[in-house]
Amino acid sequence: MTRYLIHRSLFLLPMMLVISALVFVAMRMIPVDPAELVVGPYATAEQRELARQKLGLDKPIIAQYGIYLLNALQGDLGRSFKSGKEVTALIADTLPNTLLLGSVALTFAYLLAIPMGVLAAIRQNTLIDQGAMTIALIGISVPNFWLGLLLILTFAVGLRWLPATGSGTWAHLVLPSITLGLQYTAIVARMTRSSVLEVLRQDYVRALHAKGLERRKVVYVHALKNAVIPIISLMGLHISAVVGGSVIVETIFAWPGTGQLLINSIIGRDFPVVQAVLTLLGATVLLANLLADVLYTLADPRIKYSAHR
Amino acid sequence: MIGIVIIVTLCIVAAFAPTLALHPFAEQDLMRSLERPLTPGHPLGTDVFGRDIYSRIVWGARVSLQVGLMVTSVSMAIGILIGCISGFYGGRVDLVLSNLINLVWGFPLILVALLFVTVIGPGLTGAMIATGLVIWSGFARIVRGEVLALRSREFVVAAQALGRGNLWIIFRHILPNIIGPVLVIASFTMAVAVIIETSLSFLGLGAQPPTPSWGSMLNEGRAVLYRAWWLATFPGIAIALLVLGFNLLGDGLRDVLDPRMRD
Repeated sequence: MTRYLIHRSLFLLPMMLVISALVFVAMRMIPVDPAELVVGPYATAEQRELARQKLGLDKPIIAQYGIYLLNALQGDLGRSFKSGKEVTALIADTLPNTLLLGSVALTFAYLLAIPMGVLAAIRQNTLIDQGAMTIALIGISVPNFWLGLLLILTFAVGLRWLPATGSGTWAHLVLPSITLGLQYTAIVARMTRSSVLEVLRQDYVRALHAKGLERRKVVYVHALKNAVIPIISLMGLHISAVVGGSVIVETIFAWPGTGQLLINSIIGRDFPVVQAVLTLLGATVLLANLLADVLYTLADPRIKYSAHR
Repeated sequence: MIGIVIIVTLCIVAAFAPTLALHPFAEQDLMRSLERPLTPGHPLGTDVFGRDIYSRIVWGARVSLQVGLMVTSVSMAIGILIGCISGFYGGRVDLVLSNLINLVWGFPLILVALLFVTVIGPGLTGAMIATGLVIWSGFARIVRGEVLALRSREFVVAAQALGRGNLWIIFRHILPNIIGPVLVIASFTMAVAVIIETSLSFLGLGAQPPTPSWGSMLNEGRAVLYRAWWLATFPGIAIALLVLGFNLLGDGLRDVLDPRMRD
């Protein structure tokens, strides 16, 4: 297990380098002079040249990337073109909000989805099953940006129960979390249903029934333990999907997270911030995928065995 | 069946948009700004510029279906090419390509699309290229797996023994056998493509005014959400219907092509 973890973690480092290099090169391909963005359109040629030197744009691209990496390792991700603030400080201000929103959304999604999927499986081909799966299908099909607007219309504008935008209290978290989590509720519910159904057809479950064990115990103690393995593997993918989804949800609800920071920076052409946030989100996705692998390995001893071999 | 009905209906709407629309999509009438639904001449109301919401939704069907079709075609071509090469040739080629496929597949599509849009610039073309370039990995994963399973089958080995070239084997024997799974993925990909395009347009990075994209209509509706609920409601219903249609079609195709998945 430890060897497997070390192997996977070692693979993580070059992948992070690849992502940072890809984002860095992409930023340099933008047909806009960053120096002009810093000094403004009315600056003289000399002022522009000075800004270019200050930003290190007069050096070859490999040297620029090397300097960027060295600085990044020391916690210096540059300064925002717009506000002049350090990018590290901007990220430090917004990242905790994104992590809070993402974790609440995923917890909500899984707490709702697993019982829903189990119920649909044990009541297969009944109205409960069809109802749950129809809700799940609609949940997958409704885009989160529209769902967010509908929730604002209903609970903030119509009923005035919850705030529409902003942050600071638990009430502010409710609508964005539901918007971000509902899609995953639908996916996990469908997955749980098919996984439980598959396990319920296994011989050992039939044997448990034959022994006269209570149906509830068979499902919740024995079947669910094995059915949950593929769901765990989904969790890592969902963490990375939530990272992507937060970009849109934070924009709708004016939630002060890294997603909103990214969109505002793209629109405002604040490239140092875009570069840093995209690299950071990319690294988060890689870590989430590693976490999924680890959880999957812990949940399924057969994988642990093959990893040892 | 419901999926086919939804898709066919929306295709008819898109094809006959000039006939079905009551007004040109960009026609403004500032005197009739934010008219409520069921106003004479404006069954779904008007937006801030007095443009007819119903007509813009009808024209928007064209935009969404065009984007979906183009993006799916491009990503299908890229995905099949990379999946076939990776699965058929194996070895180091497969090692490199399968890692690339997994890297792209594991990433949130919207983030990669945002990276491309930052480079290419906002606009429908940029959004289509960005979406097409990130969405291919779903095809590549399925095609690679299918090709890996097929390449050791007797008919492929027999064709190799007869001295047929690799390209001939791929086109004559492999591709016809993977059409089923590719069609299923294509249906789901259409749904994802529509969601990504509308998401980018919603964020102001996709279709630009006055193009009647459902995503940009929702974005415009967001600004006046407290005064005019209909602006953010009807385009959303259209997006959800189209995505639901493709998801149902994909589910149906999978049931037909792989009956084991029915449960």
